[in-house]
Amino acid sequence: MLRIYCPYCESVRDEDEFHCVGEAHINRPANPEELSDQEWGEYLHFRTNPRGEHREIWHHTVGCRQHFNVLRDTETYEIRRVYRIGDELNADADADAD
Amino acid sequence: MTKRYSFLQIVHQALNHHEGWKPAWNSVEPRDAYDVVIVGGGGHGLATAYYLAKNHGITNVAVLEKGWIGGGNTGRNTTIVRSNYLRDEAAHLYEFALKLWEGLSADLNFNVMFSQRGVLNLGHSLQDMRDIERRVNANRLNGIDGQVLAPADIQKIVPLLDCSPRKRYPVLGASWQPRGGIARHDAVAWGYARGADRLGVDIVEHARVVDITLDPSTKATDGVLVEHERELKFIKAPKVACVTAGNSGVVAALAGLKLPIESRPLQAFVSEPLKPCLDTVVMSNAVHGYLSQSDKGDLVIGAGVDGYNGYGQRGSFEIIEETAKAICELFPAFSRVRMNRQWGGIVDICPDACPIIGPMPVPGLYFNCGWGTGGFKATPGSGYVFAHTLAEEKPHPLAAPFGVERFHTGAVIDEHGAAGVAH
Repeated sequence: MLRIYCPYCESVRDEDEFHCVGEAHINRPANPEELSDQEWGEYLHFRTNPRGEHREIWHHTVGCRQHFNVLRDTETYEIRRVYRIGDELNADADADAD
Repeated sequence: MTKRYSFLQIVHQALNHHEGWKPAWNSVEPRDAYDVVIVGGGGHGLATAYYLAKNHGITNVAVLEKGWIGGGNTGRNTTIVRSNYLRDEAAHLYEFALKLWEGLSADLNFNVMFSQRGVLNLGHSLQDMRDIERRVNANRLNGIDGQVLAPADIQKIVPLLDCSPRKRYPVLGASWQPRGGIARHDAVAWGYARGADRLGVDIVEHARVVDITLDPSTKATDGVLVEHERELKFIKAPKVACVTAGNSGVVAALAGLKLPIESRPLQAFVSEPLKPCLDTVVMSNAVHGYLSQSDKGDLVIGAGVDGYNGYGQRGSFEIIEETAKAICELFPAFSRVRMNRQWGGIVDICPDACPIIGPMPVPGLYFNCGWGTGGFKATPGSGYVFAHTLAEEKPHPLAAPFGVERFHTGAVIDEHGAAGVAH
């Protein structure tokens, strides 16, 4: 069971309060009409899927219903960093995971 | 190696106090070059090697396994075999596999204990039943056996199942595929390993591929760099076939590729052994659990996938809780059965719940992956069509719709309906 720090509720909660949305920092293309099939396919479906550090978006589904970013290790499941949407990974985030 | 398993062999070996049995296959040192290198010694990889040798006469093949044969998802699944998929492309592929299953023990001369005990997919809501009727009709149009059963018929097949109408999730009906069933997962890996070994394929255990090298001038696949017995060794091969399930993303990254795949743990558990009480396979999408009883007597229970990516072969605790609830909802009689073991396997999930079979953008590099939660049932068919694809250098007709290019053309095969929970 993961214990996840929600940067909006400012507290640590159990995993089952949250929903993992998927890989973070995938921006919707500004001009989808201008993309080739190749580029649109990459945007929609292709993911880094690393064995190690993974940046992902989580949703506090049964809590504050806010989205935020998590840096998590997919091998050890350690949560390295939690930061708000719009914040950069390396900027001083509001708080670290415990 | 014992040449052929037969009744006479058993008598012969019994006279020697069973001390004359030889290993079913040998793990060897890799040579410097092969025609085809298969990365991953699970069921699909070994089946690929077997059919390459048997159907296409290509025996200069190595299967490189980072752990031991049958130690990955082949030994970690819930062994269900069925072919009642909705879409034509998927239905044809899985039905082809099911037909191979039916003759597999004789073909391999190895008892894979394939037991066609039937598979029930339960429906608990009106929408479930509409989906089930649609799927069964689609199956029958594709020549796949299937029936829609009413609760009274289900109760006759599975007396222990709670079919009372006043439940939170009442059983309204089910699809029934009598030719579906279960098989012995380890035996499938061992049987294919033995078959491939007998035909001259080299099986190399504890050989981890650390790089896929490209020819600098042609940009085609040149070979693989392998870590074996604490030494790095280059193996030259014009064709590299990766059959690496949950690690496909990691292996693809070695060749600088990205795949439309995410890896997640799918877990299962087995109970203490019970007297025979369940002689079929029961699956339910709505309450999210499925189970069968093994020949040993333990209940083999399958759970859902974790809600997030992971490579830890265990699975999250809340999924265990959910699945236990589902099993108790279906079978109140099992509420006090104790669980013996729990484990997870890393499954490679595609956005459309269908596999990726075929060549990659790098010449000479082939992938057979993305089977997600339901790869075991396809093992023979997967190996067969992938071997054809490798040998002929063009996709087998059954594998053609499953190329990775479908994620660019948009011709995806949406199988979430039939593959949602069912493994």
